[in-house]
Amino acid sequence: MSALEDLIASGKPVAGKADGARVVLDQSRWRIMAEHLAGGIYVLSGLWAEPGMVHAALLDGTSGKLAIVSLECPGGSFPALSALHAPAIRLERMIFDLFGLVPEGAPDTRPWLDHGRWSVQHPLGAATVGAPRRQYDFLAAEGEGIHQIAVGPVHAGIIEPGHFRFSANGETVVRLEQRLGYTHKGIEALFRGAELAQAAKLSGRVSGDSTVAYSLAFARAVEDALGVAVPQRAHVLRALVAELERLANHLGDIGAICNDAGFALLQAHCAILRELVLRTAQRCFGHRLMRDVVVPGGVAADLNALAYRELATLVKEIRQRFPDLVELYDGTASLQDRTVGAGIVSPALVRQFAAGGYVGRASGRAFDVRRHVCYPPYDQLEFEVPVLEAGDVNARVWIRIHEVEQSLRLIEQILGLKVEGATHTRVPSGSGEGFALVEGFRGDILAWVRLEAGGRVARCHLRDPSWFQWPLLEAAVEGNIVADFPLCNKSFNCSYSGHDL
Amino acid sequence: MRRLLFKSLIKGPLSEPRQVVMDRSLVASADRLDRAAHKRLGRSLSIRVVDAGSCNGCELEIAALSNAFYDLERFGLRLVASPRHADVLVVTGPVTANMREALERTYFSTPDPKWVVAVGDCAVDGGVFGQSYAVLGGVSKVLSVDLHIPGCPPRPDELLDGLLWLMENAAAGRAAAR
Repeated sequence: MSALEDLIASGKPVAGKADGARVVLDQSRWRIMAEHLAGGIYVLSGLWAEPGMVHAALLDGTSGKLAIVSLECPGGSFPALSALHAPAIRLERMIFDLFGLVPEGAPDTRPWLDHGRWSVQHPLGAATVGAPRRQYDFLAAEGEGIHQIAVGPVHAGIIEPGHFRFSANGETVVRLEQRLGYTHKGIEALFRGAELAQAAKLSGRVSGDSTVAYSLAFARAVEDALGVAVPQRAHVLRALVAELERLANHLGDIGAICNDAGFALLQAHCAILRELVLRTAQRCFGHRLMRDVVVPGGVAADLNALAYRELATLVKEIRQRFPDLVELYDGTASLQDRTVGAGIVSPALVRQFAAGGYVGRASGRAFDVRRHVCYPPYDQLEFEVPVLEAGDVNARVWIRIHEVEQSLRLIEQILGLKVEGATHTRVPSGSGEGFALVEGFRGDILAWVRLEAGGRVARCHLRDPSWFQWPLLEAAVEGNIVADFPLCNKSFNCSYSGHDL
Repeated sequence: MRRLLFKSLIKGPLSEPRQVVMDRSLVASADRLDRAAHKRLGRSLSIRVVDAGSCNGCELEIAALSNAFYDLERFGLRLVASPRHADVLVVTGPVTANMREALERTYFSTPDPKWVVAVGDCAVDGGVFGQSYAVLGGVSKVLSVDLHIPGCPPRPDELLDGLLWLMENAAAGRAAAR
C-alpha cells in the first residue's frame, strides 16, 4: 500500500461518499502529511478551506491517484503545511485572507489577496468590517548597489495587472517578488448558493484563456458529485474543444514569446494561425473562445458535416504552415541567443512545486492529466507527452511546439471517431461532493464542488495551475538581466485572474 | 527566414488583405474613421488598455486587433505602452476594489482630451461578478465612460467598429454611452 493510501485509510471517510474520496484527518495525521509533502512522497495539488475546515488535494504522481483530505479547525487555526512545504505558502495566505483560519507556524503571514480595500475582512469566514490598509512589506534584498524597480499593477503590454518588485544590482536581478491579487473578484463567494447554470457560466470566466478547461473541470466535478454518466459523444466533443483551445493558446504564446525577444515576424505568422483557429471555432461552436460550450451533463453544441470539414481543413492548413515557423524559430541564431539559457527552472523546484503544463514538462516533470490521471476520451486516443530537461525559455517554447503537433494529431483522431448519439444528459438536482482534475493548456486545473439539496452550489473551489507556477517565475528570473523578465514571464504565461480568484 | 519572406513576396502577403477588403463592414468603417480621425486627431489615435480585473478574455481579443486580419494600425489606431501617450483608455473587466486606485491613477495620467471605452460585459455593469464584495461594478462606477462595447468578450470586428464609432462621435463633440 502506498503512503497516500495509508494516509487515506487512517482518516475518517466523509459520509455519503462511497469510495471514500474525501477523508477527515486528525491533527497528528495532518502533520505527518506535511512531512510526506516535504519529502516528496506525494504532491500537493490544492489547498483551500471553508468555514471551520481546511482541505488539501494530494496527488500520487506514479499511480495518478488523487485524494482529498480535510482537517477540522474548531479553534480557527490549523498546523501550517508551509512550515515544511513552501508551495503551500501563498495558498495559506489566501486561506487566511478569505476565511480567517490561521496557519500556525507559517513562515509568511503577510496578507495575499486582501489589499485592505474590501468592505469586509475574511469575507468567506466571519466577515467582519474591512481591515484598514497597511503598508505591504516586501522582502528585503540588501547589499552594495542594490536598487529596487517597481513594475505594475498596470503594465505596458495588453496583459493582466500584477505588481513585480525587482531588486537589481545593475542589470542583474537579485530578487523578484510578485504581489498579486489585483484581479480578485470574490469568485468563491459568488459560487455560494448559485444555481448550477449560473455556476457553470462563472466557472468559464475564472480565466478567460482557459474557459473550456475550466468549464470542463467544473462540469466533471459536478458529474462526479451527482454520479452522472455523460454520453460518449459529449466526451468526444469536449476533447475537441479542449484541444482547439490548447492549439490556439500555444500558437499565440509561441508568437508572443518570440515577439518579446524582439522577433516580430514569428508573432505575425503565429497570430494568423491563432486567428484561423478562433474563426473556425466561431463558425463551428458559435463562439471564438468556445465559452459555455462545455456544461454539466455534456456539451451545449453539436457539429454538422460542414463543421467537420471546416475543422479538417483547419488542421490541414496549420500542418502545412507550422513547420516553416518552427524551422524559422530553430534556425534564427539571434532569437535562440535570447531564449536558450534564459529563465532556467531546476527540475528539483518543479518537482517540489508539482508545477504542471509546459513549465513542469520543460523541466523534466512528465505529468499530464490526460495521460496520468486519464479521463475519456483520451484513453482511446494516441498522443505523446513531450518532456524536456533544460528548463529554460527555449524548452518551454519547444514543449508548446510539440504540443501543437500533438493537439493537431488528437483533433484528427477525434474527427475520425464515429461516435453518434446524444451530446447532453439531464443533470438531476441532487446534493453531493465531487472533484475533477483536467489538463488545460497551462497545466492541471483542480475543481472541487459541493452541491446542496435543490442542486445549488454550496461551495466550489477552482485551483489554477498558476498557483504552483508563479513562485517558480521568481526563481527563474534570479540572476537574469531585468530586460529578460518580459521574455521569461511570457514563457510562463501564468494566469492572474485564475490565481487571484 | 529568407525562404519565408520570399514565399510571402511571391505568394502575396500571408496577412490576406483581400479578406479584409471583402469584408464590407470593415471597409465601410475604415472609410468612416479616415474622415473623422483626420478632422480631430490628425489621422491617429493612441489607445492605452487597462485591465481593471477582467478574466483576460477581453485582452485576448484586443490583442487580436493587431493580427494581420484586423491590423488596426492601418486605420491609424495604435496601442501604446503609457497612458501619458494615449487619447483613449480602453478598460476591461469589472473594476475590482484592488484595482480601483491603479485605474484612477492611470486615468489622471492620461492627457486631455481623452475618452474612456469600457470593453466587455463586465466593464459595462460588472457582468457575472457584479454582486461581489471585491467588485465595485462596471467602469462607469469609477470613471465617466464615453462608449460601452458589450460582449463576452466582444469580437475583434466589434471592437474595431466600436472604436470607429467613438471617433465619429468624439469628433462631433457628442460622445455618449451607446
